[in-house]
Amino acid sequence: MNKIIEITQLNKVYYGPEDREREGLGVLSDINMRVDDNEFVSLLGPSGCGKSTLLKLIAGLDNDYEGSISLRGKNPKNTRIPVCYMLQKDCLIPWRTMISNILLPIEIRKGNIKTAKENLKSLIAEFGLAGFENYRPSQLSGGMRQRAALLRTYLMDGEIMLLDEPFGALDEITRMQMQDWLISVWEKHRKTVLFVTHDIDEAIYLSDRVIAMSNIPGTIVGEICIDFKRPRTRDMLLCTQFNEYKRSLMGLLTND
Amino acid sequence: MKKSKSTEKKNKSNDVGLKGLPFLLGGLFIILWQLAVDILKIQPYILPGPVDVMKALYKERILLLSHTIVTLSEALIGFGIAVVLGVVLGILMGYYNIIRRMFYPLFVISQTIPLIVLTPLFAIWFGFGLLPKVLIIILGCFFPITVAFTQSLLKTDEDMDELLSVMGASRWKSFLLVRIPQALPGLFAGLRIAVTYSIMGAVISEWVGAQKGLGIYMTRAMTSFKTAVLFADVLIIVLLSMGLYKLVEIIERKITKNIIY
Repeated sequence: MNKIIEITQLNKVYYGPEDREREGLGVLSDINMRVDDNEFVSLLGPSGCGKSTLLKLIAGLDNDYEGSISLRGKNPKNTRIPVCYMLQKDCLIPWRTMISNILLPIEIRKGNIKTAKENLKSLIAEFGLAGFENYRPSQLSGGMRQRAALLRTYLMDGEIMLLDEPFGALDEITRMQMQDWLISVWEKHRKTVLFVTHDIDEAIYLSDRVIAMSNIPGTIVGEICIDFKRPRTRDMLLCTQFNEYKRSLMGLLTND
Repeated sequence: MKKSKSTEKKNKSNDVGLKGLPFLLGGLFIILWQLAVDILKIQPYILPGPVDVMKALYKERILLLSHTIVTLSEALIGFGIAVVLGVVLGILMGYYNIIRRMFYPLFVISQTIPLIVLTPLFAIWFGFGLLPKVLIIILGCFFPITVAFTQSLLKTDEDMDELLSVMGASRWKSFLLVRIPQALPGLFAGLRIAVTYSIMGAVISEWVGAQKGLGIYMTRAMTSFKTAVLFADVLIIVLLSMGLYKLVEIIERKITKNIIY
């Protein structure tokens, strides 16, 4: 298996506006991890454990850290490496139609919008958005907006999808539907995903591997491989194996 | 969908009722005014009744029209320049922090100097022609436009900016894509305030000295105790300002409606 992300001995300290000279607050401490091609990896941890920060560092949004991040052997500090990045907020532009929101990454990298639109048709259907192309975000449901944002993320032309709690703002039922849908789409395309969440069930259900983090400073406390077969089904969430995974993750997360 | 449509209709019918209310109050006021003038037998040079004002308006219509054209064109030229200036300054100050830090305080100071002092000065420097009037109007109008636009350009959405930067958009590109369209309502709020200043600015600058215009005509009517003509003059000023305000509103609706890709 080829590694796509490799992080070694990464430390990040946050300095507030006034404590430049002081010690600062450790956000991430001694992070070592890797993500392989076509893998679905979750970063699981409480809020404030720095998992979103870690994603930002990988996306090249913040270069103020020690240690090394390598994306396909290159360092995002020095060169811009395209990644697909998505936040909890859908960040759809309210005055654009859904389709032109989705095409935004192509518009920004000055790609051919017309051919992209043609190629998009099957994907739009797959993402459950067919027929709503010319609606504005405010006219769509929360789940649809999130799916549109995911499709836009998918078109961002990176080798890896960095998803930062993409379903965090949705209600429980919609979230379950979105997980089912995401897992079915993912099993078809198998694009590498690094998924940030604080929901243990979600992490186990979706991932090949779950990396558990604890907070202040954020460190990796352990990781477990989820050996459920794909395609995944909801029933797997009810079996004893699932509870074993959950027990060991809870052990990792509360043991400090 | 059905539900939202029916509530929309309900709101619309309420709107019509509310829109009628100011007219009703205005009409009532005019009737009371006329009655007061008639019953108390007030001399028309002190307070003319609405009927006298309408008569004056009709009698002097040709003269008033020629003065109106002068004032309106001054206002439109001044306002037009102020819009261009305000938009350019707003974009510069919204985009470059240094420019904002440097110029913002100066603009505020420019607004603390009373226009009433500047008008005679400008008349001395630039004569009684179009230039001093346009300058006064620009000074009065550019500030609300610049401030409103700059402030709305400064509103940032960090998540959105980060997302756009991951997509590879430059700072300027994301400024064009998100910030400017998002700041348009703010810009139009400034334009609406500024447009009412434009006629006012024209009138004030004409007071000091002009060959033609509603302002100079107003002073002439005043000094010859033609109070009804003065009122007619004011009525035109009010109508012009309202008309321009409405025009800005219509343009705003056209533009915001068309911002859909």
